[in-house]
Amino acid sequence: MISAQAYGENGKMKEYHYTGPVEHKFSPYAFNGGTVLAVAGEDFAIVASDTRLSEGYSIHSRDSPKCYKLTDTTVLGCSGFHGDCLTLTKIIDARLKMYKHSNNKTMTSGAIAAMLSTILYGRRFFPYYVYNIIGGLDEEGRGAVYSFDPVGSYQRDTYKAGGSASAMLQPLLDNQIGFKNMENVEEVPLTLEKAVQLVKDVFISAAERDVYTGDALKICIITKEGIREEIVPLRKD
Amino acid sequence: MFHCLPRSSVCENDSPPLFSQWSAPFLRSFMPEDSTHLSGGGIHGEAFSTRLPGRGGLSPLEFYMPIAEYLTESPINFGQTSLRSAPTNLLNIDHLHPSLPSISLPPPTPFPISPSVPLPFTLSHGTTTLGFAFQGGVIAAADTRSSCSGLVACPASPKVLPIHSHLVGTTSGTSADCALWKRILARELRLYQLRHRRRLSTGGAAKLLSHMLHPFKGTELCVAATLCGWDGDDEKDEEPITDKYGNISTNQVTSSGSNNQSTSTAAAASQPLISFTTQQVVESRSRICGPRVIYVCSDGLRLKGELFSVGSGSPYAYSILDSSVYWGMSVQEATAVAREAVFRATYRDAYSGNNVDLYHVTAKGWRRRERENLKEEYYREKERERKRVAERKAEKNKEKFNV
Repeated sequence: MISAQAYGENGKMKEYHYTGPVEHKFSPYAFNGGTVLAVAGEDFAIVASDTRLSEGYSIHSRDSPKCYKLTDTTVLGCSGFHGDCLTLTKIIDARLKMYKHSNNKTMTSGAIAAMLSTILYGRRFFPYYVYNIIGGLDEEGRGAVYSFDPVGSYQRDTYKAGGSASAMLQPLLDNQIGFKNMENVEEVPLTLEKAVQLVKDVFISAAERDVYTGDALKICIITKEGIREEIVPLRKD
Repeated sequence: MFHCLPRSSVCENDSPPLFSQWSAPFLRSFMPEDSTHLSGGGIHGEAFSTRLPGRGGLSPLEFYMPIAEYLTESPINFGQTSLRSAPTNLLNIDHLHPSLPSISLPPPTPFPISPSVPLPFTLSHGTTTLGFAFQGGVIAAADTRSSCSGLVACPASPKVLPIHSHLVGTTSGTSADCALWKRILARELRLYQLRHRRRLSTGGAAKLLSHMLHPFKGTELCVAATLCGWDGDDEKDEEPITDKYGNISTNQVTSSGSNNQSTSTAAAASQPLISFTTQQVVESRSRICGPRVIYVCSDGLRLKGELFSVGSGSPYAYSILDSSVYWGMSVQEATAVAREAVFRATYRDAYSGNNVDLYHVTAKGWRRRERENLKEEYYREKERERKRVAERKAEKNKEKFNV
């Protein structure tokens, strides 16, 4: 839904003081909330998102997950403006098909990431208001996470949180997965069970403190056997 | 970790109009039978679309909204030169692009000043990068923090991007712009290398980048890059350049700067008979080969120099560099100075931090130093300060005792 500028930045309502006549400019963007997270392990990748779709003070839907399966080894998580998310995923699906038909093989995660970067930059002067994170397996079967900004700058990471609660989740992931800012710590490689449990805990904390995150959590676990999905309920208030 | 730039497969030249449709479907519906798309005729960059909605199946929105042509133009297709066009006319894009006129007028200038669409988010800015040339090559260094108005979007972003084997570019400004334009530049340089069988010089690459960015002057594109490279007839320059203090042997390359006199007098002292002619030879060669540092900005500025620092932390870096950099320094000294300059800048500037990336470009190509985390350096600095304070106290006590 396209909203007028009464909502201000980030979907939060503006203060109510009378400051004089205000000209409302039409803004083609809206902020629909949601948080996405991706973690890469030795031979797995996890992409998780909450399923709440909100705008301002309202909740549009409690069942709108933000993970989109692209290929058997790649999942895209996108949060931000839902309209742009939908269009972007349609474009990516179409480009994947075109590649499959002209090259006779599916796109690898790295190639999808590079392609997404150019798609986003193609709209440099009227960007897609979407925060993307791609999670998948690379050609060697190792987990890969690629994080993007709305205009297409990207790089490969081990873990990344994006969306409304990203500022809260990212430091926690830095500490628990990256072992940053800790002294005398034994750096054990992350197992799948531990990673899934960590993702669940982290989203439960995010739902407590961020109003735009909640309702349910959908986890996509990508291994060489395929993509498995899990749904975990979160706070609904 | 930035992937190494694909050498030849970046350009998807086959059908640019098709892909530009797929990137921005809302603006025009792709009707294959509409020949105006493919021949690029008719519209000469008008701000308003005067095509009637009935013809060609255009969406009704186009009839009402002004279209600034640059909004639809994908920056990625820009800059591609067709083989048939004159090599100097960089702005003559291939005829298939629908939004550009078919005659060689300059592309329509975009609507100036404010962006047409106010963005609800900010893009990443803030950095410290530097590049300088010395007798042992070129050093390019940068921090790795990518911030987004207060939030550190990425603590480990690469800001020094290799463009080809002998050219490295530091990036400052919006990281998406820098990454993409470096990629476009790499593609163009590779095409030049394949067509002309030699590498384009650093000055040529800088000019190319500057001209490619020119149509976007006035828009919110923000790229401030320092191109650091080594020009040369590569095969002959295989032997190491100099020893520690810049004593250059006569058939090697020197700078075109003021240090020429001192080094050539050193050479003259050892070989008095031929010194005059070799000085001439050396000078003329140095104009073609050697280390180069050139600063290119999306405002259109293009400066050749020996030392540049760009970004929010650059004033702090300049203070270290101006006092310590001189032409004859050794490689170890140069890397130490570069690292110290970035470290001091990260200490004082809030938008710079995390790690230091260092690249060293010589006649043999670029080499990357290990990325160094500055957190350790801060603790070492604190430790040294603590020791100094303790020493001073001990001395004071001794004095008191003696007196």
